[in-house]
Amino acid sequence: MKIVQMSGEFATVESGRLRRTVNIQMVAGLRAGDYVMVHAGFAIEKVDPRKARQTLQIIDEIR
Amino acid sequence: MEVCGTHTQNFRRFGLHKVLPPQLKLLAGPGCPVCVSAPDFIDRAILYARLPGVIIATYGDMLRVPGSSSTLERERARGASVHLVYSALEALVLAQKNPRHKVIFLAVGFETTAPTIALTVRAAFRTRVRNLFFFSSLKLIPPAMRHLLTRGRGPEIQGFLCPGHVSSIIGIKPYDFIAKSYTIGCCIAGFEPHDMLQGVLSLIRQHNDRTPGVVNQYRRLVKPCGNRRAQRIIADVFEVCRADWRGLGVIEASGLTLKKRLRGFDAEQAIPVPAMTPARKGGRDVSCRCQEVLAAQISPVECPLFRKKCSPSRPLGPCMVSSEGACNAYYRYR
Repeated sequence: MKIVQMSGEFATVESGRLRRTVNIQMVAGLRAGDYVMVHAGFAIEKVDPRKARQTLQIIDEIR
Repeated sequence: MEVCGTHTQNFRRFGLHKVLPPQLKLLAGPGCPVCVSAPDFIDRAILYARLPGVIIATYGDMLRVPGSSSTLERERARGASVHLVYSALEALVLAQKNPRHKVIFLAVGFETTAPTIALTVRAAFRTRVRNLFFFSSLKLIPPAMRHLLTRGRGPEIQGFLCPGHVSSIIGIKPYDFIAKSYTIGCCIAGFEPHDMLQGVLSLIRQHNDRTPGVVNQYRRLVKPCGNRRAQRIIADVFEVCRADWRGLGVIEASGLTLKKRLRGFDAEQAIPVPAMTPARKGGRDVSCRCQEVLAAQISPVECPLFRKKCSPSRPLGPCMVSSEGACNAYYRYR
């Protein structure tokens, strides 16, 4: 999911029309615009942005 | 073998099992956290739910897992306070809002979930919340994979499709022993159809070329060293312990329990309930073969209850309950 806003230990992330607040303590150096993998309300890792965009594109094509 | 329950689900959901060659057999592994929680864990969670002044906080899949004589869903219908949460942090909020109650969070999951629970324990410690307790069934994947290779029964495994999100935490190295000591190839794969097909192709090549290793197909997420910060968080809060797995039995050094200094948050220490003895058990359909499904000894369709007495609307075993369970996947996607 893409980070749209940061606020301390939390960030607002979105994917399509889904928006969530997630904890970001587990991943260092995040900024708005980064892509993260979210698990049970926490960002668990940053996703390579180029590959994240490519994957989203492939998923869209399959749909 | 696809170790992760989400891989099992997605192989079926995307119909990939139908396009793969028939001589390739996919074995569902023990990577569904709800499914591998020992029957005794469910029974004791039910005993906790029956205690006055206790609120159970749990991920949704646990609600309908049958214990020996009841489920958390049934206990809730009888008046027990059982709350579903998406994140462990919601259990913390629940404890803060209900200071006169004891909130027990059912800590179920693997290495991906462990740091999220560890951070919640830390937050409870920091904010001096003393009415939140963790009942841990947290488990570690590589020891279970080793167990599958050393148990001396079950089908021969010729490749492991390794879990993507667990690997994002632990990295590549914990699988090295599989390639080196057992000459079996591993591939860490993502969860999209193309990820999983690339993963299977890698395993076939490793097997045919006799070049077992640990291939990382999921490089957009998984770093070779994993998430070091998450590893430190886990090590700060938990210590490794032996754990009881449904289907696999007790495996040494395959679980996580709270460290001594945090034992005040440990439900088993703070609010002990008795383990269920065989004499007190009963009521559950003994012909349920989830244990063998989890050990990859049978396919879900070989269970006599599958599609007959057991379905997602009336599950008799955890593998049919959970959205990551093999029986659930085989039922929903033929």
